[in-house]
This record gives sequence, C-alpha cells and structure tokens, in this order.
Amino acid sequence: MINSGIPLQYFLVLAAIMFFVGVYGFITRKNLITILMSIELILNSVNINFVAFNKYLYPDKLQGHFFTLFVIAVAACEAAVAIAIIINIFRRFNNIDVENVDEMKY
Amino acid sequence: MIDFGYTIWIPLIPILMFLFIGLTGHKYKPVISGYLGTLGLLTSAALSYYTAYQYFFNVGKVAGVYEKIIGFNVTWLRFTDTLHIDLGTLLDPISVMMLVVITTISLMVHIYSLGYMKGEKGFARFYAVLSLFSFSMLGLVLATNIFQMYIFWELVGVSSYLLISFYYEKPSAVAAGKKAFIVTRFADLGFLIGILMLSFITGTFDFKTLTDPNGAAIMQGGSAAFLGLSVMTWALLLIFIGGAGKSAMFPLHIWLPDAMEGPTPVSALIHAATMVVAGVYLVARLFTIFALSAPVALEIVGYVGGITSLFAAVIACTQNDIKRVLAFSTMSQIGYMMLALGVSGYGGEEGLGYMASMFHLFTHAMFKALLFLGAGAIIHAVHSNNMTDMGGLRKYLPWTNITFLIACLTIAGVPPLSGFWSKDEILVAAFEHNKFLFAIEFLVAGLTAFYMFRLYFNVFWGKDRHYHHAPHEAPPVMLFPLVFLAIASIFSGFIPFTSLVTSDGEAFHVGTEWIVAIPSVLIGLIGIAIAWIFYKKETAIPDKLASSFKLLYKGSLNKFYIDEIYLFVTKKIIFALISKPIAWFDRHVIDGFMNSIAFVTNFASEKIKGMQSGQLQQYAYVFVSGVVILAFVFIYLLKF
Repeated sequence: MINSGIPLQYFLVLAAIMFFVGVYGFITRKNLITILMSIELILNSVNINFVAFNKYLYPDKLQGHFFTLFVIAVAACEAAVAIAIIINIFRRFNNIDVENVDEMKY
Repeated sequence: MIDFGYTIWIPLIPILMFLFIGLTGHKYKPVISGYLGTLGLLTSAALSYYTAYQYFFNVGKVAGVYEKIIGFNVTWLRFTDTLHIDLGTLLDPISVMMLVVITTISLMVHIYSLGYMKGEKGFARFYAVLSLFSFSMLGLVLATNIFQMYIFWELVGVSSYLLISFYYEKPSAVAAGKKAFIVTRFADLGFLIGILMLSFITGTFDFKTLTDPNGAAIMQGGSAAFLGLSVMTWALLLIFIGGAGKSAMFPLHIWLPDAMEGPTPVSALIHAATMVVAGVYLVARLFTIFALSAPVALEIVGYVGGITSLFAAVIACTQNDIKRVLAFSTMSQIGYMMLALGVSGYGGEEGLGYMASMFHLFTHAMFKALLFLGAGAIIHAVHSNNMTDMGGLRKYLPWTNITFLIACLTIAGVPPLSGFWSKDEILVAAFEHNKFLFAIEFLVAGLTAFYMFRLYFNVFWGKDRHYHHAPHEAPPVMLFPLVFLAIASIFSGFIPFTSLVTSDGEAFHVGTEWIVAIPSVLIGLIGIAIAWIFYKKETAIPDKLASSFKLLYKGSLNKFYIDEIYLFVTKKIIFALISKPIAWFDRHVIDGFMNSIAFVTNFASEKIKGMQSGQLQQYAYVFVSGVVILAFVFIYLLKF
C-alpha cells in the first residue's frame, strides 16, 4: 500500500460533488451545449473514481487507467456526434433550447 | 379366375365425362354433350352387364356361396397397420345388382333426357352433373370400406343438390335444393358419428372384415352399454340415421317431396330409383352385423320402415301434384324395403326378408323410374304438374298410357308383373316374423293400388281439360326408355333372386305362400276397384268422403303438418328460445366484456399519456430520482 498522504475519501467526495453538479446541470440547463458540458462533468467524475480506486486498491494493476483512457476517447466521439446533432437542431429551430425538441411526445 | 380390376372403369368413365363436358361443354352444340354423356354411360352399362354375367354365372360362386371379391384396391390413407382408408371396388351380389340397376336406369334417363331436356338452358350442365351423379352412385355401391362409402355418400348428396336446383332461377327449386342438402347433411352427421363408433369398436373400416359372420367384428360391442343398448347398437342406429336421411324415412323425409322441383328425369333417376335406396343399400351392406350383433337396431329399422310406408301411402292418396304422388309412393316403397330388412334374419330361409328387400329394390327401380318418366312425358305434353289440369289423355298419349298402366299394375302387385313377386316375398317375410308389421304392409298394399289408380284414372280417363294446344305424344327418344322399362317391369319378377342375392350368399328355395299372396292380390284389386268407382268418371264420392273424414283428409293433404312442425321447432323453439338468447348473450355479455377491457385500456392510456412529454430533461429527472429512491430503499430499508 502506497501512502501518498491524500486519503482516498477526498477523491471520492470530489468525484461525488462533480457527479451531482453534472446531474443538476443536465436536468436544469436549457442550452444543449451546457447539457453536453454537464455530461462531460459526469464522465470525468467517473474517471476520477476509476483512477483513484486503481491507485489505492490495486496499485500493481492498470485496468482503471485504461478504462479511463477509453472513457476519454468515447467522450470525444460523443462530443463530436452531439455537436453535429446540435448544429442540425439549430438549423431547424434557430436556437438550441432543449425544450423545443419534443417531437417524440404522445 | 378372371381379373375384375377393370371394374374401376365403371365409375371412372362417368367422372371423366363429367370433367370433359363440364370443362368444354360451352364450346360445342349442347346436344353433343348429351350424346357424349349417354355414350359414357352406355360403356359403363356394358361393363356392368359383363361384370354381372361373370360374377353371377362364372366366377362369383365358390362351393355354392357367392363370395366378396375385391376387384381393385389402393390404400389411400394409412393410419396404422389395421386402420387404413382404401379406395377400390368390392363385388358381391348386392353391389353387382346395384351396378346393373344404376347403369340401366341412368342410361335410360340419359336417353330420355335427350328428348325431355331438348332446348333447355344449361343442357350441357345437366348432362355433366348427371354424369357426376352416376359416378358418385357407382362409387358408393362399389365401396370396399365404410369410409369410401361415406365419401361417395356426400358426393351423391352434392350432385343431388345440384340437380334439384337445376332451374336455379326459380326460387322454389333453390329452396328445395337447400332443404334436401341440409336435411340429409344433418342425417349424415349421425352417419359419420356411427362410422367413428363402429370403427372404434371393431378397429376396421373394411366391409369384408366387418361383415364376416365368423369374424372378430361381429363378436365385439356386446360389452359396453349405454342407456340399456349396447354400443354396437348405438353405432348402427347412428349409421341408420344417415341411411334414413338419404332414403327419406320418417321423420327425415321432408326433403323428398320438395326435391320434385328438379327436372323429371332427375326425379326418376335420383329420387326414385337410385339415390334414395342408398339407405336401404347401406343397411343391407352392414346386414350381417345388424342381424348378428344388434338385433334391436334391426327391429327399429323395420318399424321405421313400416311407419314410413303407411304414413307416405296415406299422404299419397290426397296429393294433387302428379310428381308428389309418386314421391310419396317412393317413400312408401322404400319403407317396404326397410321393413323387409327389419324382419329378416341371417342365413338361409331366415334371410328371406333380406332377399325380398333387394328384390323389391330391383323391381321398384324399374317400375318407379318408368312411372316418373311416364309422368315426365305427361308433363311434357300438358305443361303442368297438377292433376286437375289433366284428364282424358289416353287418346293423345297412347304409348305413355300403356306403359304407365303397366307400371301402375306392377306397383299395385298384380300378378304376374314383377311388383307382385317382390312385394309378396316381403309380405311373407313380415308374416312369418312380425304380424303387426304385416298388418301395416297389407293395408299399405291396398292403399298403394288405390292411389296409383287414382292418379292413373285422373290423368288418362275422365273429361278432357282445356289444353292450350292438343297434347302430343312424346318423341321416340323418350318412348324408347318407357318401353324398355315397361318390359323390364313385366319380366324382372322372374329373376331368381333366391339363388342370386341372399344374406349369406347361399341359394335357398322358397315357394309362393298362397295364404299371403292371394289376400294381397285381392286387396290390391280392391284398391284398384275403389279407384275405378271414384275416379273413372268424375263422381261426387271422393268429395263426400273427404268432407266426412275431414280431419284425416286435411291432415293427409297437408302432409300431416310435418313441415310445419319442423318450421315450428326450428323457428319458434330453436331460433326463438335458444338462438336468440345465445345471440343476446354473445352481443351483450361476451362482446360487452371485450369492449369494457378495450375501454379501460383506452381510458387509462388517455389519462397517463401526458407522461410522455417529449421533454428530455423531465425523463432524466424521473430517472435520477428513481435511482436515488431505489438506492435509499436498498441501502437503508432492506439493508443490503
């Protein structure tokens, strides 16, 4: 066990705060770009958890790090797709307010 | 030993003719289809006569007993090794005799129709369906097993339906066709259930196995009982219901009088000589099993026959439609045949009734076809079915007059014409076994003579009516069948049936029982004499009698209201008391239940559809709150 001075709980609390900030943003913001940023916050909080657990619980293994790298790659792709969608929504509605996109209701 | 494989062609030729005429009949002149049909039947008839000769006089008899020979056989459906449905031809005395009867009558009707149906719309269709009928009927009598018989039984019903409603523009003909089909179809339901029961008990469909007097099939069926009768008896009674429907036995007879809406040659062929005796043939075919393992069923057959013959004879006395008189007369005579089977035992002289029944079937086919064809000639001449439109026709129709007279004398049982011999045998058989049925038949013999001569005198004697044009004798093509059948009626009584067609295949000898023959001839003559007094010149006696026996007369004239009873039962009882409540139940309870399910679903969806708002963030909010709540529940309440 490596004693790095900063306890694991700090990382977890930080990640939890980031996660709920992201969730709050996702639910309350109307601007699609802001929602996308909230999703990034959620993903990054998960990344911190991965790395922290990897470091503290299984320091001789690397799965947590690699998972994090994958999440970053997927997040980049997702951002590209989401922005493409947002541009199309803008072309159609002339704004990017999420409340306009309700075609799929009853 | 000759190979009887060719017998398959006897029914096959008519079906080929049916297909050919039916498919190409519109391409050439109608009369050609008539010639084609007749030619086909002629071939079949020639083959049948050859078969009859070979069977009866050359190869059929082995050690004094006529055997059942399978001429041709293919297995059509195989269920198990013992239970399989075959198609083929079975030759034994009754099937060979029926071959001769059917092809002869059918050929005569084919020839006759060339004249009678000339210029009718649908001439080719008529001949096509006539061929179909001949095929079905021949297939029926040649059936090797009861299931094949059932198939052809239904085919016969279909072709009968097609021919009864031949004039399909006439509503009464259409109604008559439907009635015949539905009534016989109901009876056939009994037949089908009977077949299933019989084959379940015995494990076979095959006639040869079923009717082997020493075989296992006869021994079965005594074990289980239902309502006091053995299962075998029930099976045979159900089969008899089918036979009774086809043979117009009381109370399933209501279709036969209406079936006279069809063309007259059809009535002669189907509703007098061949199809209506299918029921008799069916009982005769299963006679061994009837006689040896279900005598109760056989007794019921006898009583049904007796009741029908009396009932129909009484009605025939008051009918005015010439064809209906003949229709009721047919019913009465078929009743005779059924009765003869009912009073018969199995084997030797005990089997007198069986022989007499088949004998009467043969002679009856000849003289009843003659009567119908004669009636056709009369209708052809005066363009009416109604007896009150006829009178004094003997001057105009000399040939028809003579042949009709011969037929009337034959059915009245005047010796030495054929009707005398066969009816006498039936009366003897009844006399020996059941005095009550004998008394009925004795009375019916008198009634038969009376109503036939009432018809004869009314039509050919009496005053001339006002005809639109002078009635003219039928063309030779119609007279030839009349003369041929008249000769057959005279001489067919001399065929030695006792040595050809018997219940066990062995010949036996029976002398004429004068104690029965003389009274039966006398009562026939009395009937003729009464008709002579009443109807030769127009007198007031019939009217007076009618008014003094008003109830009987009215009842007879209205066929004892059996049709009305059927209508009452179906409309007032079944429709009003059963069908209507069921329909109400269906419409309100069943449909109501289903409708309320649909309504509740609809209502609920209408109420909750607002939840699907299309707002992404709302969904996310619900989702996250759900997760939080579940997490709370799992962690703090369930303590995982």
